[in-house]
Amino acid sequence: MKFPIYMDYQSTTPMDQRVLDAMLPWFVENFGNPASSSHAIGWAADRAVEKGRGQVAELIGANPKEIVITSGATESNNLAITGAARFYKEKGNHIITVVTEHKAVLDTCRYLETEGFEVTYLPVQQDGLIDMADLEAAITDKTIMISVMMVNNEIGVIQPVKEIGALCRSRKIVFHCDAAQSVGKIPVDVNALNVDLMSISGHKIYGPKGVGALYVRRRPRARVRPIIHGGGHERGMRSGTLPTPLIVGLGEACALAKQDMEAENTRLLGLRDKLLKGLTEPLTHVQVNGNLEQRVASNLNISFGYIEGESLMMAIKDVAVSSGSACTSASLEPSYVLRALGVGDEMAHSSIRFGIGRFTTEEEIDHVIKIVVEAVNKLRDLSPLWEMVQEGIDLNTIQWAEH
Amino acid sequence: MAYNDKVLDHYENPRNVGSMDKNESDVGTGMVGAPACGDVMRLQIKVNDEGVIDDAKFKTYGCGSAIASSSLVTEWIKGKTVDEALSIKNKEIADELALPPVKIHCSVLAEDAIKAAVDDYRKKQD
Repeated sequence: MKFPIYMDYQSTTPMDQRVLDAMLPWFVENFGNPASSSHAIGWAADRAVEKGRGQVAELIGANPKEIVITSGATESNNLAITGAARFYKEKGNHIITVVTEHKAVLDTCRYLETEGFEVTYLPVQQDGLIDMADLEAAITDKTIMISVMMVNNEIGVIQPVKEIGALCRSRKIVFHCDAAQSVGKIPVDVNALNVDLMSISGHKIYGPKGVGALYVRRRPRARVRPIIHGGGHERGMRSGTLPTPLIVGLGEACALAKQDMEAENTRLLGLRDKLLKGLTEPLTHVQVNGNLEQRVASNLNISFGYIEGESLMMAIKDVAVSSGSACTSASLEPSYVLRALGVGDEMAHSSIRFGIGRFTTEEEIDHVIKIVVEAVNKLRDLSPLWEMVQEGIDLNTIQWAEH
Repeated sequence: MAYNDKVLDHYENPRNVGSMDKNESDVGTGMVGAPACGDVMRLQIKVNDEGVIDDAKFKTYGCGSAIASSSLVTEWIKGKTVDEALSIKNKEIADELALPPVKIHCSVLAEDAIKAAVDDYRKKQD
């Protein structure tokens, strides 16, 4: 076993060796600019880019012409939301999104408020899923776009995207979906889901960092104004010389994900169930955050009552996991996603996100169960809260000195 | 975040973990912090007739620095008089453990815990 054991696959994934092998010829030997249409060196690069684009499209049931290459899902989210908002602003100025979205969506929406757009941030239910009735009730005659992620990065829950797509289509509202955590992990068909704009990431699916894509529907056509201006690449939606090796890598990653998806999901689900059982059988006061059924196989977000998350991370330093809000784990704030679920402060503080993936082994799961159970027991022996709970004291009846 | 060796040592081998009977007249109990803030420290002292702290125990819910701060103060206050214990300042704790700025509140909490334990002990003597 290699240490630390990597269980942070929602943060990023190691690149698959096969992806790297596919990329290598496109750095030095074949260095051409895919936009150079006047010579063979450019043509070769263009063919490689179009093959990669086709592999992305194939994974999501799209036409290659609907794939815009970007630098990653953050840029895709920016382009989709800002670009569509600006394009459709004559139609209306209202956008609906959800409080548990990734910061790349939330911050973009916050920015658009300064441009005169109004944004509704929908709450989620206790299981992390939105209530379709809430969404429908939030729509006004000014609503131009709804942006809801497919799979949450912290708790892994799968939103009812098909229902949202059908609702958007019937109300002629643009539907943007941040699918960075779902494409390549669960079957995604843009036509079955009626999604108009969809963000895709390379490094979440064993591809390279620094590349992603935005799906932009052609029929009925969804439009975005560019946010990066220049030579008019990607049909004017995203200027900048295309990074051939990264696109080759993204395409290869998509092809591998498609090929292995079903078997891999079965394997991951088995490992996750084992992990869950291994943690919940010997330990009490353990809570899974978010809906367990409507969830990708690779995620398990768990809170351990009466111990603190950072000390738990210290105790399990041989396991690379995330605690609290993944992107802001340097801060002491409990995760905004867990707060939106109504998880109490003391439970939110002690949450761990286990993210498993392609290279996770059963041996690693067994070892992690052992380390975590030992750590939780050790920290509970140290915890005055645990002692009080064992004595039957209700912690809510205590007057705490908040500091 | 990388932890200082002394923090790691106290965290991995915490000194004087445990509980005393808080109803005993020679035991002072101080509990500071709040679960919502992510740390709760409970420090208990046993004081003899000469006013010297014979024994100290702690339990802490919190980060590694909070656990290390409370473990360290139990070592420091044992054998000291109550007044000497009260003179320990959070800065000494923070310096000893080389706490980074975001963890200074852990040392403040440890100082507060000493004060709270002594307060409780003194109330019992009145």
